[in-house]
Amino acid sequence: MTLVFVETDESGQVALTSAEALTFARTNADVLAADSFSAGVEAAVIGALTEAATEQLAALGVDRIHHLETADLEAYSAPAWAQALVDIAPETGAVLASGTPRGMELMTHVAVRTGERMAANVVAADEEGLLRQVLGGAAFERLQVGGDLQVLTLAGHACNPEETTPTTPEIFTHSPETAAEDLRVRVVRTEVETADDNDTSGLTQARAVVGAGRGVGSENGFGEVLELVDHLGGALGVSRVVTGLGWRPHTEQVGQTGSRITPDVYIACGISGAIQHMAGIEGAKTLIAINTDEESTMVQRADYAIIGDLHEVIGAVNEEIRNRRG
Amino acid sequence: MDILVCIKRIPDISGQITLDASGTDIDDSGLGHTTSAHEECAVELAIQTAAATGGKVTVLTLGPAEAVEQLRAAVGVGANDGILIETEDPGAFGPEDIAQVIGDVIRDRAEGGQSFDLVLLGNDAADTGDFQVPIRLAYDLEYPVLTGIQTLSASTGSGSDRSGSSGGGSIEARGIGPAGTEIFSLELPAVIAVQEGGVDPRYPSITGRMKAKKARIAEYVAPEPGAGNPRIGLELPPDTANEVTILGEGPDAAGALVDVLEEIGVIRS
Amino acid sequence: MASIPTQASVVVVGAGIVGNSLVHHLAELGWRDIVQVDKGPLPNPGGSTGHASNFIFPVDHSREITDLTLDSVRQYKELGVFTQSGGFEVARTQERMQELQRRMASAKAWGIESHLVTPEEVVEKVPFLDPSVIVGAFWTPTVGVVDSVGAGTMMRESAQNKGALTVSPNTEVTGIDVENGAIARVHTTKGPIETDKILIACGVWSPRIAAMAGAAIPLTPAVHQMISVGPVPQLAEQTGEISFPIVRDMDTFCYERQHGSDMEIGSYAHRAILHEPDEIPSIEAAKLSPTEMPFTDDDFDPQLEQALELMPDVLSNPDVEIRYAINGLLSLTPDGAPILGESPEVKGLWSAAAVWVKEGPGVGRAVAEWMTNGCPEVDVQGADIARFHPHQRTREHVRARTSEAFIKTYGIVHPGEQWNSDRNVRLSPMHEREKELGAVFFEVAGWERPQWYESNAPLLEEFGERVMDRTAEWDSRWWSPIINAEHLALRERAGLVDLSSFVIFDVFGPAALDAVQSIVLAQMDVSIGRVVYTPVLDETGGFRSDLTIMRLAHDRFRVVTGAAHGMVDVKWFADRLPATGTQIAELTSSWTTIGLWGPRARDILSQVTNADVSHEGFKFGTARTIEVGSLQVLASRISYVGDLGWELYIPMESGLRLWDVLTEAGTEHGLAPVGLGVYGTTGRIEKGYRAFGAELDSERSVIEVGMARPKVKSQNFVGRDAHLRHREEDPKAILCSLTVDDHTSASGEKRYMLGGEPIRSQDGQPLIDGHGHHVFVTSAGSAPSLGKHVLMAFLPPAEAVLGNQLTVVYMEEAYPVTVASIDATPLFDPSNESIRR
Repeated sequence: MTLVFVETDESGQVALTSAEALTFARTNADVLAADSFSAGVEAAVIGALTEAATEQLAALGVDRIHHLETADLEAYSAPAWAQALVDIAPETGAVLASGTPRGMELMTHVAVRTGERMAANVVAADEEGLLRQVLGGAAFERLQVGGDLQVLTLAGHACNPEETTPTTPEIFTHSPETAAEDLRVRVVRTEVETADDNDTSGLTQARAVVGAGRGVGSENGFGEVLELVDHLGGALGVSRVVTGLGWRPHTEQVGQTGSRITPDVYIACGISGAIQHMAGIEGAKTLIAINTDEESTMVQRADYAIIGDLHEVIGAVNEEIRNRRG
Repeated sequence: MDILVCIKRIPDISGQITLDASGTDIDDSGLGHTTSAHEECAVELAIQTAAATGGKVTVLTLGPAEAVEQLRAAVGVGANDGILIETEDPGAFGPEDIAQVIGDVIRDRAEGGQSFDLVLLGNDAADTGDFQVPIRLAYDLEYPVLTGIQTLSASTGSGSDRSGSSGGGSIEARGIGPAGTEIFSLELPAVIAVQEGGVDPRYPSITGRMKAKKARIAEYVAPEPGAGNPRIGLELPPDTANEVTILGEGPDAAGALVDVLEEIGVIRS
Repeated sequence: MASIPTQASVVVVGAGIVGNSLVHHLAELGWRDIVQVDKGPLPNPGGSTGHASNFIFPVDHSREITDLTLDSVRQYKELGVFTQSGGFEVARTQERMQELQRRMASAKAWGIESHLVTPEEVVEKVPFLDPSVIVGAFWTPTVGVVDSVGAGTMMRESAQNKGALTVSPNTEVTGIDVENGAIARVHTTKGPIETDKILIACGVWSPRIAAMAGAAIPLTPAVHQMISVGPVPQLAEQTGEISFPIVRDMDTFCYERQHGSDMEIGSYAHRAILHEPDEIPSIEAAKLSPTEMPFTDDDFDPQLEQALELMPDVLSNPDVEIRYAINGLLSLTPDGAPILGESPEVKGLWSAAAVWVKEGPGVGRAVAEWMTNGCPEVDVQGADIARFHPHQRTREHVRARTSEAFIKTYGIVHPGEQWNSDRNVRLSPMHEREKELGAVFFEVAGWERPQWYESNAPLLEEFGERVMDRTAEWDSRWWSPIINAEHLALRERAGLVDLSSFVIFDVFGPAALDAVQSIVLAQMDVSIGRVVYTPVLDETGGFRSDLTIMRLAHDRFRVVTGAAHGMVDVKWFADRLPATGTQIAELTSSWTTIGLWGPRARDILSQVTNADVSHEGFKFGTARTIEVGSLQVLASRISYVGDLGWELYIPMESGLRLWDVLTEAGTEHGLAPVGLGVYGTTGRIEKGYRAFGAELDSERSVIEVGMARPKVKSQNFVGRDAHLRHREEDPKAILCSLTVDDHTSASGEKRYMLGGEPIRSQDGQPLIDGHGHHVFVTSAGSAPSLGKHVLMAFLPPAEAVLGNQLTVVYMEEAYPVTVASIDATPLFDPSNESIRR
């Protein structure tokens, strides 16, 4: 069987990325749990399990839900959480999580504790083995699979969440003992600040993101771009060059080492399309490029493009939007 | 506080990539080499932390002889010395092997009298993206470990006691969690995987670069990898015949773009 | 996708400084339907212009390059993109100070204001430079920086505004169709373009494009390392891009150039790092631009140390960080000169490659004029693409010479300096004998030519003081007093000269007479067996060449010309042949030539032949085949050394035999092997014979060089109208020979000029001729028969007066000279009795 670590958001909903992981587990159950007695998909939820989440898990075809809740597991501690997962993990089959920072961390701990390998950012599984993203998505690595248990994380957007015939999952509640040793490192406090320097939620949740690269020209060159962001009620995303030059904060960086975004539309202005940046925008549904270079990667990969100077073009776009509003 | 930073020589890619003849690696013949952005931040954090606590920074890499360039680059921005674990074929090492080899060298240095209060790594390497070496290394060393850390502040007191190097102290580490900035406190020695975003890596100064040229680099020969690398081969995504619709050239195309945005429905009314 | 015109008058490949200058000047000259393509985007398509350091030091030892640079500066100024900063070339050693003195000579010779200054004077303008590191500097106030990308954009737009140009960026040339040896079509990623001309101006990629048409542009991409450091507080306080002079640290082959608050440090000191045009990364795969390759730290580290020595206050600041570091690609050629003009291999394939930002607009103008009028206004013949001999187009030769040349970018290069690499490519049949005689070989066009023979050392004793030995190391580098001893042996007895390097070609066919008649100035309708020495002019009446032509038959003429320039002559003739009835056959490798001259030449020749070689039986200026033993030898009685004798032409395979026969016969007459040191310099200079490339170039008229004949032939020939006009005008300059009256320098050592020095009035004032050129020495050399050191120079007509006392400036000291000849009258044997005896 396949055990999926499920993350929930503040309101107790199953995170989109976990839904992707569950879908992947279900649709690849035959391959992932080939040597297992059961091809079922089981979900592990640490902390509160809401009714909404239970319903979502049922809709995603989960066979069993493991609900793990103890005082020791309340604050996030990777070793403690990982051990809790190890305790309920099958001997054969697979354990997987979505490729979030937490998923990556937990699966590595699980792999070490079970003496298995870990494969990060998997995008496909078949009889030959696993295929995973490397180089920020610019290439794929084919892996040979060994061991009894496959431990892996699923690359973001590698599969679309799909509901299936709802199941009525059995819920197992666990109260695992946590060794003191595993609580050596845990969050001592969390600072939630509004609109703080570290908040990337605007960017990752925006429906429209306007991306700006070196082509903007200077720290003071973001005027038109920000106006467009405002017209779209969206967010500004920038390339690594821009943050490297100190023009914008790192929280606005989109790419391999910044945020990975999934907007309905991404408008790349003066960004040529380095692979590190492309890695962050794969999830965009529509890609629009504004660039002087028709042959740039960004234009070639875009759905729509305008060839021209970003300041001139966006200035005109803003004016057009203002005019249509009347 | 004495800090070890583990870095990795990787090809400096930004555009189209091609595979080498074996199909198991990228063709880096025309490319420069660098270290991952996360690792540059790890080096920067180490330099700042060491400066604040009166310690030293050592950089370590497992790689080919040429990887000494990356060690020197780190010395050029402020690290004190380097350790090269040389192998002609770094691709033969899987994450388990790398953690094991680094762990062995750390133990060997400790026996020789050089111990580290803190071991920093990048959260993941920009090329292989395995996300595992820091955690596996921590298990090997039996140190506590954190990943995704962006800033560090050494607690005053025991941490700055250099005579008690590796003998304790604690450090506060901050990273971004699902609900905001998470603050951890952990006892030293520890392993921390650094994520880009908390500090701006500096560029080398000329004097730094000259210092780098003369940097002391301790050399080890890597053992044969144990578990090995499970990689079978690399594949490039198919060249999707993407049909881009050119809406026009220059400001005249603005109307067409606004039409598209209206159709998607993202313009605020 | 934007479409591309299907037809063009010319397709210009490249939108860097050169391509942009070209489209501008072509449009100015009336061209329309120009299509310019570049595989990169605009305004910076990713070539070498995009990362150029963009500074211009006007003084170069080459007058041709200096003229192009000065024209470029004028154009940059007109476009408003030139910022004058001034520039220092600093010396750390006395040897370099001497080189800077030579640089002063070039500055004065070309009329550019420069001064030698003390370290303290440098620090006044560059306060962060450590004066204790340097011994002095060469200050040129007119040094400046340009915006080459901005200039290119303006020039491109000027052509577009005239409706003359379609620009197509992001368009790669994928193929070139050649039909009947001429360009027919250029294929691009946006479609084919019908055209009969392609102009390749794409820098490091040029060889790749030319190869598509089966032609060679022999250059190689090479790395020039460059870093930018900052922010520098000392610079940040200033406003504008550049407020401090640029410093070239000549002994470390580095430069330091301010860029706003950053300092750019560039180096030519590292090993030559060559690339292949086909291996330059694509725009897609390149991290920065394709010509900004990954920096290799190790190569640059020594330069950092030296830069730190020179500017410690600025560069040791830990806050001054290395922000940008590249191995920038630029184009190097085997001889260091640009590659301009129409390829001799494919009609309609033009090159404007291996051009630096400092020469870009000047080259653009010159090549555009060349394409329009058949010749440019300034002389660029040293850069003619036709100059390359076949072996010089090979990858191996290009790599060998550019590797060797790289370090010479800032090096101290003696005018006589020889190459070490890729030698022994072309050997005369006498080569082994010459080696046995201790020949010291100099190379031209691949040929190993004896400059002098160590076996002649005993002659030094014989001629004693008359060999005019030189004690100063610089004056005697790449020189030997044996040259002068050989000279005297030839003048008094006889000399044997290996002239195998001559470029020889036949023009033949029913229309051969009309063809040569229309190309050269001299009357060619001469009897069979006549040898004619003649200028070859371009449309403006300037010199394209000077050469000799033998009429071998009613329909066959044999042209003999120099090795260095010969391939250009071949193309010049080939381009001007009528469509039918004439052909050209290049025979350089078929014939070797041995020169036999001196008062005993006839005695020696008559000893080995039964032919009548008496003065009456074999007249001066005639050629015919004679038997020398079993050899058939084409003997031509002419002389470039000014003595009785013959050029003896013989098939290569028999050259050694003839050499041996003559050597044996000559023994009793005191025949000496004589090197090119005599043939090329001492022999001709005391006879006042002009040399192409020194006295003769396209900016000089026949009148100015004193070679006008009493009458002009009635038949038309290239440059005739201009020549007739020149004959009516007062000359703007007159070529004179001058003798140095006193060689004693301030230190008491005697010094000997080598050429290129400024000539000034007795009180040191500059002399300027009617063209506006400052007066400089075109050739210098010993005249052992006269016991004098002779200089040639174009003087303003008012100064061209026999006995006029002037000065020559050498290593910043003035020496008295006297005008000794104001026309072609030889200083030695003015009545030419030696030749006609």
